[in-house]
Amino acid sequence: MSAVVTGRVVRIRRGLLSVRVDGRALTVGLGVAVALVVVMGITLTTGEYELSVTDVLKAIAGQGEGGADFVVNTLRLPRLLTALLVGAALAVSGAILQSLTGNSLGSPDVIGFNNGAATGALLVIIVTGGSMVQVATGALIGGIVSAVLIYLLAFTRGVQGFRFVLIGIGINALALSVNSYLITRASLYDALTAQSWLVGSVNSRGWEHVTAAALAVAVLLPLALYHARPLAMLELGDASAKALGVGVERSKAVLIVVSVLLAAIATAAAGPIWFVALAAPQLARRLTRSPAPGLVTSALVGALLLTAGDLLIQRVFPTAQLPVGTATGCLGGLYLIWLLASEWRGKGRYT
Amino acid sequence: MTRLHAEGLTLAYDQATVATDLGVSIPDGSFTVIVGPNACGKSTLLKALARMLKPKSGGVYLDGNLISSYRSREVARRLGLLPQTSIAPSGITVGDLVARGRYPHQKLLRQWSAEDEAVVTESMRLTGVLELAPRLVDELSGGQRQRVWLAMVLAQQTSILLLDEPTTFLDIAHQVEVLDLCADLHEHKGHTLVAVLHDLNQACRYATHLIVMRPGGEIAAQGDPSEVVTAELVGDVFGLPCRVIDDPETGTPLIVPVHRKRRSEDDGPVAVHEHATL
Ligand SMILES: Nc1ncnc2c1ncn2[C@@H]1O[C@H](COP(=O)(O)OP(=O)(O)OP(=O)(O)O)[C@@H](O)[C@H]1O
Ligand SMILES: [Mg+2]
Repeated sequence: MSAVVTGRVVRIRRGLLSVRVDGRALTVGLGVAVALVVVMGITLTTGEYELSVTDVLKAIAGQGEGGADFVVNTLRLPRLLTALLVGAALAVSGAILQSLTGNSLGSPDVIGFNNGAATGALLVIIVTGGSMVQVATGALIGGIVSAVLIYLLAFTRGVQGFRFVLIGIGINALALSVNSYLITRASLYDALTAQSWLVGSVNSRGWEHVTAAALAVAVLLPLALYHARPLAMLELGDASAKALGVGVERSKAVLIVVSVLLAAIATAAAGPIWFVALAAPQLARRLTRSPAPGLVTSALVGALLLTAGDLLIQRVFPTAQLPVGTATGCLGGLYLIWLLASEWRGKGRYT
Repeated sequence: MTRLHAEGLTLAYDQATVATDLGVSIPDGSFTVIVGPNACGKSTLLKALARMLKPKSGGVYLDGNLISSYRSREVARRLGLLPQTSIAPSGITVGDLVARGRYPHQKLLRQWSAEDEAVVTESMRLTGVLELAPRLVDELSGGQRQRVWLAMVLAQQTSILLLDEPTTFLDIAHQVEVLDLCADLHEHKGHTLVAVLHDLNQACRYATHLIVMRPGGEIAAQGDPSEVVTAELVGDVFGLPCRVIDDPETGTPLIVPVHRKRRSEDDGPVAVHEHATL
């Protein structure tokens, strides 16, 4: 315990290594991780085809019988893992961007990264018909292009957070109208494909989606974590951060690129999913009461939100095959109203 | 050449030029005070000296090299800046905020050494905020907050300190306390201090080197306060007629503004600036 700073200080090897551990963040992180494991367990064992935990474990280890093997390894596990990874990627993307812009609305789903990615994907679906890989590539390019556009439009002597968010909201509206226009120009078949893609869903996702999302998270999350301390310092303002020795331009550039890529890859894998990037970091912050953006807790909360959301719609509407995007869209709308209302009253403001 | 100096600086925000061809040299181990009217470019100069603002031309040199050629962290170990205004992340405690001053000395896996702890505690003790450690910064008074920011800059442990109006928001006792602390750092630790102050009498009392700036970002005069500060200079730079007498306590110059009823009369030692306004 330290006399002046919060958290627990752990020093080993005669102080050569020393880390500060925020006890509350650790507890919250563990709690959310346990909840996540429970949700995963329920997702894999219940449903039309009930399985025991041993059946599931056997199937995962590759020793399951035909039925169990198919249900677990082809139907449930890829869908579950996609939801988990997409949720984590979106949450980290949102946490970084909200922290950089100093604004709770500075999230990739609000400022047009996700819808920009959707525009890219739609173009591919309509112009080329498009395989899964092509559509995902289109989404990736669309997300990056919209981010670059926002950046260029917002740039006046460096980028100011609020301006970035406002212009992002404009780009989001633009992307949405372009998306609607594209659908009206498409053939009926393409329009249906596009429409179903546009809702954002993890239904019938296969291992190729899991691999892509896992690779992205495996590369980008450590990069984000490596820059987590500069990110926390940047919340003091660019000038103070720089005065304290943060390589402001470089850290910001790396963090923005990581955030855009995470959002774009998540969108490529599951379509534009609302709410997770917006809410998960805020929930994590409120749970941990931490003044720093907790990327790991955000990732866990994001993963939990999306897997739990997907489990819910699978079990509540077992026959409807609803996409998880409808659920998060609903929740996201309500959350946004609450957020704007509380921001209006000057409460719950993000600074 | 001194450790920190600048040559031929042109400072500007977008189109608005604040200063042209400005040269300053901060004497090593001095307590330099910069004074000048509002908006004359004091903060801008300080920002340029601390590489917060890139000069349009000219250069700032730290220990013989262009300041822009150093890595950010390297500069932050030698030179600390207290900006005129700062923002604290909401929900942060005083101790955690001051601890952020240790950033340039920390590594990914060395986040809180025993030395960090000792330095932060000492900085908070010197600025009188140690008891506030567990409190939230959001809930402090303006003066308490100002001292917390000062503690953060001290925790950075740099031998050159640039302080932009370190005494704003402080009551007179705390103002003197902060200035005494600066004087101690300069006298006993050999630190070089540069502070922007608005109180000319305090400036004259504490400065070993005074820089007087005039609107347009020019240096009107610099040197030992006793030699530099005259009624003519203050009248010229601030447009305020005044008398300069000896500070009864220290013998340094004491500036006494002329009574408003006498400002129109022209008598004796009073310098009246031609553009003097009320
Ligand atoms: N970020 C900025 N963008 C544009 N102009 C600025 C900016 N900061 C300062 N200025 C302008 O530059 C000029 C010098 O400002 P500066 O802050 O250096 O003054 P100052 O001498 O510190 O004044 P004060 O005593 O009021 O703190 C002013 O005219 C001001 O309006
Ligand atoms: Mg100023």
